[in-house]
Amino acid sequence: MMSPDLQSRPRLAPGCRLNDANKQQQVLLMPERALRLNGPSLEIVQRCDGNHTVLQIITELQQIYSKAEPKKVETDILGYLTLLSDQRALDFE
Amino acid sequence: MTPPANPLALIAELTHRCPLHCVYCSNPVELTNRAEELPTEIWSRVFQEASHLGVLQADFTGGEPLARTDILELIRAARMAGLYVNLITSGMPMDQARLAKLIEAGLDHLQLSFQGAREDTAQEISGTKSHAQKLRVLEWLKKVRVAVTLNFVIHRRNIDQIEEMLEIAESSSATRIEFANVQYYGWAFANRESLLPTRAQLDRSLEVIKNAETRLRGKIRIESVVPDYYAKYPKPCMGGWGRKLVLITPNGDALPCHAAKVIPGLHFANVKQSALKEIWETSEAFETFRGEAWMQEPCKSCDRRAVDFGGCRCQALLLAGDPAATDPVCSLSPNRSKVDALLADLNGSIATAGVVPAPPAEAALTKPDWLYRPNPS
Repeated sequence: MMSPDLQSRPRLAPGCRLNDANKQQQVLLMPERALRLNGPSLEIVQRCDGNHTVLQIITELQQIYSKAEPKKVETDILGYLTLLSDQRALDFE
Repeated sequence: MTPPANPLALIAELTHRCPLHCVYCSNPVELTNRAEELPTEIWSRVFQEASHLGVLQADFTGGEPLARTDILELIRAARMAGLYVNLITSGMPMDQARLAKLIEAGLDHLQLSFQGAREDTAQEISGTKSHAQKLRVLEWLKKVRVAVTLNFVIHRRNIDQIEEMLEIAESSSATRIEFANVQYYGWAFANRESLLPTRAQLDRSLEVIKNAETRLRGKIRIESVVPDYYAKYPKPCMGGWGRKLVLITPNGDALPCHAAKVIPGLHFANVKQSALKEIWETSEAFETFRGEAWMQEPCKSCDRRAVDFGGCRCQALLLAGDPAATDPVCSLSPNRSKVDALLADLNGSIATAGVVPAPPAEAALTKPDWLYRPNPS
């Protein structure tokens, strides 16, 4: 995909989910693959619930990471969503 | 030596029973009898131990894992233990109701094997009529919520069907395709001369796959494994011996990989007697090729030794007679000439100027004398 539509609502695809919350390391699980999630990536994935638009995810993370350059936050989020989409971990509604 | 990092995957080889008789099967030539299969309770304990050890995913495989009548309990037990559940299946012992129950039990991902793009190829390779049933499973999968991978096992008899395979995948709900070139272990090793693709076939297939990857980006994730006989360097087999995963056989033996029993003199611990943590950290079979102390030259001083770990130990045993040797598919291996000789036979000898080598077209068309994998008693 070129870049996610700002008004679309990303949702984790079937068979893609977080591991149990009580584990030390939060991981995004998908077929034969696991992606480690740290602060920002975890914040993004938690918002891929079919309710948040891409724009809302960007806005919320810009607020959380208020010390970071807003444009960079936007670029990083769009890049990460594209990566997840290429891995087929996201559907965009 | 520092304890190894935790394994990430548990390969649960639940049974060697299977309705198919695929000539490329990587199960060992000596199949485990049904009577020796681990009961539900022991698998449940193994799942718990695996999760505590840090394992994230379980691969339910076999044989045919759906041959287990307790498959629903096993899926539930693995999910309760906190594992992500992959089911590697032929789709044969399945109907729409059973599929619904598998998903209800907590199945995360279903990987459906294909022996070809057509019924005649599938029947030749699997020794039974199987293709139509798989197409039915694809229809049922469209109506349920589960991750779906189509795994096309590739070899000389079907490598020219990649475009047709893509059509099947694209008209299904699959979000992932594996083009898995056969690797030569178990039954595949016995049938090797009939399975290896020609260089020309392989090159063409890579082109088709590369174009499809680009075209399908964002729609279907494509992964392909090339036959390493044609590679320059070996694969980092299993992510390194005893580094990333543990395989439990139907009777409970703990192996670093599915072929490890070909290596003579290795003693394998069994989950009936030992805890998984102890097996992973200290058992002889797991320790034997960890680290670099076991390496011979050229691996011992090679820049790639932490990249591919010297390749595959089982393949070194099968092709060079020594499990500690450099994997002979490596261009730096003193045994590479053995692999080259096999490929030269298959592909015809090098053309002298103006003389076109005879393509093995006839060899590709006539049906080989297959050694079919039987069902264990």
